Amino acid sequence: MILAVAWRNIWRNKTRSLVILVAICLGLASGIFYMAFYFGMVDQRINTAIKTEASHIQIHHKEYLSNPDKKFMIENAGPVGQEIKRVEGVIATSNRIILNTMIQSPETGAGVKISGIDPEDEKQVTNLYSKLIEGTYFEDGKRNPIIIGKKLAEKLRVKLRSKVVITLQDMQGNMTGAAFKVEGIYETSNTAFDETCVFVRRSDLAPIMLMDDHACQEIAVLLEKNDQLQVADETIKSKLPDLDVKTWREIMPEVSLIESSFTLTMFIFIGIILLALLFGIVNTMLMAVLERAKELGMLMAIGMSKVKLFLMILSETVMLSLFGGLCGIVLGWILTLWFGVQGIDLGAWSAAYKSLGYDTLVYTRLSMGISFQIAGMVIATGIIAAIYPAMKALQLNPADALRIDM
Amino acid sequence: MNVIEVKKLNKIYNESEVKVQALSEVDLAIEQGEFTAIVGPSGSGKTTFLNMLGGLDEPTSGEIHIGGTDIRGLSSSQLIDFRLRNIGFVFQAYNLIPVLTAKENVEFIMELQGVSKKDREARTMELLEAVGLKGRENSRPAKLSGGQQQRVAVARALASKPKFVLADEPTANLDSKSTENLLELMEELNRKENVTFIFSTHDQRVVNKARRVITLEDGKIIRDIRKNHTI
Repeated sequence: MILAVAWRNIWRNKTRSLVILVAICLGLASGIFYMAFYFGMVDQRINTAIKTEASHIQIHHKEYLSNPDKKFMIENAGPVGQEIKRVEGVIATSNRIILNTMIQSPETGAGVKISGIDPEDEKQVTNLYSKLIEGTYFEDGKRNPIIIGKKLAEKLRVKLRSKVVITLQDMQGNMTGAAFKVEGIYETSNTAFDETCVFVRRSDLAPIMLMDDHACQEIAVLLEKNDQLQVADETIKSKLPDLDVKTWREIMPEVSLIESSFTLTMFIFIGIILLALLFGIVNTMLMAVLERAKELGMLMAIGMSKVKLFLMILSETVMLSLFGGLCGIVLGWILTLWFGVQGIDLGAWSAAYKSLGYDTLVYTRLSMGISFQIAGMVIATGIIAAIYPAMKALQLNPADALRIDM
Repeated sequence: MNVIEVKKLNKIYNESEVKVQALSEVDLAIEQGEFTAIVGPSGSGKTTFLNMLGGLDEPTSGEIHIGGTDIRGLSSSQLIDFRLRNIGFVFQAYNLIPVLTAKENVEFIMELQGVSKKDREARTMELLEAVGLKGRENSRPAKLSGGQQQRVAVARALASKPKFVLADEPTANLDSKSTENLLELMEELNRKENVTFIFSTHDQRVVNKARRVITLEDGKIIRDIRKNHTI
């Protein structure tokens, strides 16, 4: 019956209870929605990092990452690639010739990272082909096609079918170069990537560089799920002890940092919201207790123990918090699900977001586990908020309380 | 057999500043089944005395034995439990729990005692019938008249099967008819079930019904009259 009394007590002053319930509900719904928005944004950034830029795992010569010289290559890339494909969770691999060099248009030049790829293999690993905004993905069949980013095209002032010249040093140290024709222009959510990364066929680039057909500087590996990353990484490392195997977290530590620090940041944010609500709840409950001092005195007079009195006030506070909290979680989820499908267009700030590698259309996303954790935080807030009003109630002297004129 | 024994009871308020002697050297014994009224002018110490007997307030000195137990030796938690099992209270302002129905108000005290649901319900219905509220058991206090609320309060006070019932000005907020009905009810419960009632009152109608009238003045018992003889 104590729970029934507690529940009914909440509704004695409907306006006051509704005000605090709405405050808890809106506060939490906003917090959850903000979390879902940020989760969605980070999730898309990680997806872009994996699907467009780095893939799940990259394999290089031991020296390559510290000194990205073309001579540090994987000699027998073909058999190595086949070996990797047998690892559980691996969907596809792509062998890449990587070269940092200069690209020139008739008007200007720029430093770029050239990736010499097998178009069909690359299609299995990255989604570059789906990012084309003009032209085709190595379908022309003509010699020396090149795919460049929109930002670089603007910088070089080139368009489809324009010629660009790549200057490079071959494996014997001779300066050489070749003309390439722009076959496609892509645009990702990362302008820095678009400005610096160009793609050519490996079969075109290898002869210019005088490189062995089976050699490459990088093998990119795509996994079925990101959850398999650690196991696949360990397995590949054990199979290829002479090569440098790195996950996208190691290759792009800035993205990994966003992911790892994000959850903590969000919980601190929710904590701040709950702290503000805590004072609101304490205020409401304190008023409720002081208003009912005579009744509480009577309850102690007729024999209600202090423990039961404490539990009654605790139950009222926890029910109030939990009810408001659940409403907030449900509202937050509805908003999350809605914008998870519709997306939130940040087009007005697209330049700023794209320079940081973020999509401008954000799809909100939230896991059920996080919601349960938030519900736990709400209950904890309710319990903490109950302590002071309940202690006030316990300090009442029944004889004095019964003398109060209400 | 004495249900209450009070010896040399003193209560002084504001001990460090101005001393107000609310009770002074009060000696009293009340037997099982008495129907006693404590009367006196305002400030004479009636409510203070009732609070002492109910273990709601601590005396400055003296002894209070209830059913043989010296309640001064009990801790605050023990006192609460002692009140729950030994004393019934009826207050001037009824003091029912407003969010509970009449039935739930009566049941509540038994739930605190740990009585089973079946026994609680049976006794509640029996008591509500005894106080003439059968059919109103599902009404909340706000839907009951003052007299009806005080009847629920009497039923609640008796629900825990106490050794005695303390009623502080129980008729002060009631009209004549309700007062008459309530007094008849308590008198009947006293007569049939041998429940001990102790009232503090200004109401002459209560005094007329009481079989023992104790008069307090300036914290002292100045008269103790049993109907037909004076002590």
